[in-house]
Amino acid sequence: MDQAPPAVQAEGVVKRFGPTVALDGVRLTVQPGESHALVGRNGAGKSTLVSVLTGLHRADAGTVTFGGEPAPAFGDTTAWQSKVACVYQKSMVVPDLTVAENLFLNRFDDHARWISWGRLRRRAERLLADYGVQVDPTTRARDLAVEQRQFVEIARALSFGARLIILDEPTAQLDARGIGRLFDKLRELQAQGVAFLFISHHLQEVYELCTAVTVYRDARHVLTAPVADIAKAELVAAMTGEQSAGATAWHADGAGAAAAASAAPVLRTEGLTVQGQFEPLDLEVRPGEVLGLAGSAASGNTALGETLAGMRKAGGGTVRVHGRAVRSGSVPHALDAGIGYIPEDRHDQGLVLERSVAENATLTVTDQLGPWGTVLPSRTREFARSMIASLDIKTQGPEQPVSGLSGGNQQKVVVARALAREPSVLVAVRPTAGVDIKSKDSLLGVVRRVADEGNAAVIISDELDDLRVCDRVLALFHGRVVATFASGWNDGELVAAMEGVGERE
Amino acid sequence: MTGTVRPLAADGIDAGPKGPSTGERPLDRLKLIRWSDFSLVPVILVLMVIGFIVSPVFLTSENLISVVQQSSELSLLVLGQALILICGRMDLSLESTIGIAPVVAMWLVLPAEGGRFAGLGLLPTWSAIPLCLLVGLAIGAVNGFLMLKLRVNGFIATLGMLTMLRGLHIGITEGKSITDVPESFRYLGKSEWLGAPAAVWICLALFAVGGAALAWLRHGRSLYAIGGNPEAARAAGIRVDRVTWIVLAVGGLLAAFAGILYTGHYGSVAATQGNGWIFQVFAAAVIGGISLKGGRGTLFGALTGVLTLQLVVNVMTLGGVPALWNQFLNGAIIIVALVISRFASGEKQD
Repeated sequence: MDQAPPAVQAEGVVKRFGPTVALDGVRLTVQPGESHALVGRNGAGKSTLVSVLTGLHRADAGTVTFGGEPAPAFGDTTAWQSKVACVYQKSMVVPDLTVAENLFLNRFDDHARWISWGRLRRRAERLLADYGVQVDPTTRARDLAVEQRQFVEIARALSFGARLIILDEPTAQLDARGIGRLFDKLRELQAQGVAFLFISHHLQEVYELCTAVTVYRDARHVLTAPVADIAKAELVAAMTGEQSAGATAWHADGAGAAAAASAAPVLRTEGLTVQGQFEPLDLEVRPGEVLGLAGSAASGNTALGETLAGMRKAGGGTVRVHGRAVRSGSVPHALDAGIGYIPEDRHDQGLVLERSVAENATLTVTDQLGPWGTVLPSRTREFARSMIASLDIKTQGPEQPVSGLSGGNQQKVVVARALAREPSVLVAVRPTAGVDIKSKDSLLGVVRRVADEGNAAVIISDELDDLRVCDRVLALFHGRVVATFASGWNDGELVAAMEGVGERE
Repeated sequence: MTGTVRPLAADGIDAGPKGPSTGERPLDRLKLIRWSDFSLVPVILVLMVIGFIVSPVFLTSENLISVVQQSSELSLLVLGQALILICGRMDLSLESTIGIAPVVAMWLVLPAEGGRFAGLGLLPTWSAIPLCLLVGLAIGAVNGFLMLKLRVNGFIATLGMLTMLRGLHIGITEGKSITDVPESFRYLGKSEWLGAPAAVWICLALFAVGGAALAWLRHGRSLYAIGGNPEAARAAGIRVDRVTWIVLAVGGLLAAFAGILYTGHYGSVAATQGNGWIFQVFAAAVIGGISLKGGRGTLFGALTGVLTLQLVVNVMTLGGVPALWNQFLNGAIIIVALVISRFASGEKQD
């Protein structure tokens, strides 16, 4: 294997987006016929590297070679296609076209003016047979199973001449049998000399499929090792970093929660469930307590947060705030009950980007800003100013559209909106996603403060720094609570629980 | 002599969503006004200068009053459409509503015999106006049902509604004009208050009310949030579907009211009443800075859009452009005005 040049070799790749460094001199080498895993927590730089390797982003520094030859010029899509392809979580086929058409999209025929459907179908059959993919080329792409769709995408990439396939979370939407079929196919292709870069959150799969693993953390390369030589615990430690600096200051002392343990819970759920998202769940959050619900997006914790906030109707069970039942599936009722909500994605559910800071921050309290259903601009601004001051939002003024703010300050506006009604329960879903470290600290400080004032807070996240402010953390995996941690947990154990390690062994 | 036009603008500023309020520093007040909302004001001024050069008749009060009179019905449709567009929807059926609403009302109140149009005579004549408004409200509500409950595509649903209502109109009237217009319609369409047609004052008042609602009422403000990002609006506790439904019904109501004014003014309902207006309505709204994607625009801007279109037609007529070329020029003007307002406001129109 050492004689052949590596399928891809990246050295010292640097990529910056404005002030943030997404890749800080990382390296990666994948040998031909190898399955190489790339793992790391969110924000480690995995997806940026994929963009650089597939020619979507131009690296600021560093070199990339494919099979010993330098990478094609930036923007030469055809040349990139002949080197590397990525199978994304999101489908990259046209759902209403047949498999054959998808395989040869825009290169139907080299010579003839007219598309010969018969020949196209035969070419597709031949191509699929070459790689042992058993799919009828006349099927519409939307009718394919997820792994079949992935096979088609892989076959298409190989037909361009690519010998490196990047798989971005390929198993996220597959059931166990689909995963088995996918892995069998990947091993077959490996034997033909195709190299795979496998990106996954499931460490178990890394051990099943891959021969080598590279770990990134905080935009840096941490280690590369043969999978056989590295224990799972070591891998988790490399992903998290033994000593996560900085945010440890926020580690909840747990004293407040202990003192309030006897008090009646502010938030209580009984048998709360949403079909296909999470199983019946009993929660109690006491005054002064911050509860963490740890888990990846697929764990169902986001859906749980949305259910608490009234964005989703529960399939069963009740939510009570101060003992009073909250009507399910109605945001106005949840707000009236005192549930404040910081949604997962500020662009999706958080902000009306073109409107002003003042308007966004007061969206939940428009009934308190004037008599008879009026909203007085003067009072709106006054309210917004107090929010800007108390949350330290960096803005030119309450009238500035939120689209002009930085990510951290946008997030503070979302938090302002949630806090505007002085909630007795604050539900925050990934509250620090995509914000800088300083805003992160102050946002988490705000959540802590809400609890310290005698309210309850729930943080739903897979970010360890978010979870550090919690007095108690429940780890969710596939819709079930798999572990409970008191304050002062060990990073590795929590990550292992979230990644489902131990689940599938 | 421009006195009849100026008050329009003055009223309109109050109707803007961020109108001046007391107790603010001047700099703050300045920031409240989005200059893009005024991008058509210079265009209107230029048009008036051109009008003055083209014909001395232009700056007579009769001419200017006739311009605003002719703008009034269109402007009501634009008002309704603007509200609907701001909350991220569209309603094509407004142009049929302006015809069908008065027709149904008259059908129900006109006697079965004696007139040229045989009605049903079911209800007393005084109920013509409330009936007409009710029909408009009902059409808007049905549109809302289709879009919000059945979740069908709003563009096609209201396109179907447009065609269907036009057909109903022709079916009821057998393709003929109705000239036995109730007195109450005539009063609203024909009478003059304070030297200007009543219709003009009513339109101004409705724009002012609409603008004030968008500026100072919580449900009015919520339109921008709904149009800008419906999910965020929902997460903030706004009852998105309910508000949208009400706005669609109000749109129908305004179109029906425009129908009353138009019918009253011309003393008859033609089978083609409102035919083809929807293009002008959209053109005026977009030129006036309303985004077709929702969440952006002001009623003042929409009003300037209407005035711009009407002034162009007026100036062309006075300039002796043959009527046969009107349609061509009208389309050309829409495109030119669109480009001008695109660059004057510096915002993309999408």
